[in-house]
Amino acid sequence: MTAIERFTRWFVWAMAGFTVVFLMTPLIVTVAVSFGSSTVFTLPPPDWSTRWYERLANMRGLLPALVVSLQVAAISTAAAMVLGTLCAIALVRGRFPGRETISTFLVSPLMLPGLVIGIAMLQGFKAMGLRDVYASLLVAHVVITLPYVVRTVVGALSLLDFSLIDAARTLGCSYPAALMRVLVPALAPAFLTSGMFAFLASMDNYPISIFFTDAWTKTLPIQMLQYVEERPDPTIAAISTGLVLLAIVALIIGDRLVGLRKLADF
Amino acid sequence: MSVRSAPSVWRDPVALLAAPAVLYLLVVYAFPLFWLLMKSFTGPAGPTVQPYVAFMADPFNWRVIGNTLRVAAWVTLVCFLIGYPAAFALARAGAFVQIVMLVSIILPLSIGAVVKAFAWQIVLRRDGVVSQLLLGLGIWDEPQRLLFTETGLVLGAANIFLPFMILPIYSVVKLIDPRLSEAGATLGATPLYRFAHVTLPLTLPGVVSGIAFVFSMSVSMFVIPSLLIGDRFQTLSTLTGRSFLLMRNEQLGSTTAVILLVLAVSIVVGSTWLARRMGGSTT
Repeated sequence: MTAIERFTRWFVWAMAGFTVVFLMTPLIVTVAVSFGSSTVFTLPPPDWSTRWYERLANMRGLLPALVVSLQVAAISTAAAMVLGTLCAIALVRGRFPGRETISTFLVSPLMLPGLVIGIAMLQGFKAMGLRDVYASLLVAHVVITLPYVVRTVVGALSLLDFSLIDAARTLGCSYPAALMRVLVPALAPAFLTSGMFAFLASMDNYPISIFFTDAWTKTLPIQMLQYVEERPDPTIAAISTGLVLLAIVALIIGDRLVGLRKLADF
Repeated sequence: MSVRSAPSVWRDPVALLAAPAVLYLLVVYAFPLFWLLMKSFTGPAGPTVQPYVAFMADPFNWRVIGNTLRVAAWVTLVCFLIGYPAAFALARAGAFVQIVMLVSIILPLSIGAVVKAFAWQIVLRRDGVVSQLLLGLGIWDEPQRLLFTETGLVLGAANIFLPFMILPIYSVVKLIDPRLSEAGATLGATPLYRFAHVTLPLTLPGVVSGIAFVFSMSVSMFVIPSLLIGDRFQTLSTLTGRSFLLMRNEQLGSTTAVILLVLAVSIVVGSTWLARRMGGSTT
């Protein structure tokens, strides 16, 4: 092995180690601060405590924001699953022109600046006469969640052998029963992972939600940013730790269902 | 596949299943974007480009555009320098290291920007982790605050967008047969020559999409600069947000939003075209 090769090898592994530490830093810092006793984010914390978690109960506006976020994420994900799955079937099974264009169009909200989409929706909804903040939030979040469902379900459907449905019908199943027994179980992992990531994307969205907010309707990220701006203290780290925990649970479920490597497919 | 031409949309009933989603997005997403575009070109007396002329005439706005592109370029460069070797390590690692790396890449992806940017506020403080580390290594003589500096912003943003550089490169590196490079070595090619003529060209499609992802996300990031650098440093995105949320200047906001949109769309279209061209040339 030449010197250059040895150096390259060393460099690649050094960068790999750095990447792991670098990427985990914000998460570890968040968790450490949330369990520290210090008010000023001293690291490592002088002493451990759960006082920031105890304070969560008294945070004004936290619970309503959490409820709004969970509701909006759940409803918009459910709606996106229905719309997205139907569309994915058409894209994979259909033989009509423009399928490529349609799938790019459906995934495009992921690629455009969220802030611009939010502003466009703010003005567009106003022009269409939709003024209710909560309804606007729901309508907007379906656009956020839909790309995740379409992308994953199209991927799963293109691997599916559709003659299985015909086989089930030959064996005496009615068409709906054949769909229920073949299509649904085959797509279940795709539904669950895409649903989870769509849900998380909706929970975490800031740049679109910010335009559909009033004194009564705030999502969690918006309420959190407001706390950060008003009075940053480790209570925010405690909320963040909750969200980290949610992501870890999602990742474990995703790993069990489709495997980590599959989740990393781009 | 039959040879005859594809039947029209109207004759393929399966196509109707796509209708609800497409109609929904047309109404609540495409129409608003189109409306924004139209409104930004409409003045009190009919069609106009006046807002754009006024925007470009102000030197402050050129500084804003400069800030946006400079920070995005730095973030992309940092992500590339870390992400390219990391993607190779990920593809070639043994099972355990691969799992550790995958978890550290995918887990942060499932956590919102507000959470991570808040964590970076803590990391970049005068007594934060970065400052302590550089002091410990003897690189700095005294603690310094990176929060509210451009360096701090680049560091935080690079951290948040790094997975979007690693994953596309990883997806092409894992397809490369390691024996290709060995074959080159057997034929007498030096390591540098092999990298430049075998490995690099094969990874270019992944590199292009990684760069496009990170660059366009850095151009349009909003929460991260708001938390890590504050109001004195404006980018197109923060200016757009501020003009709607704080200054209530919809005219300015629509103008910058359209510029941002055009920038993002051209990055996506340009990189897709480039990746497709390179994908074609390597096969």
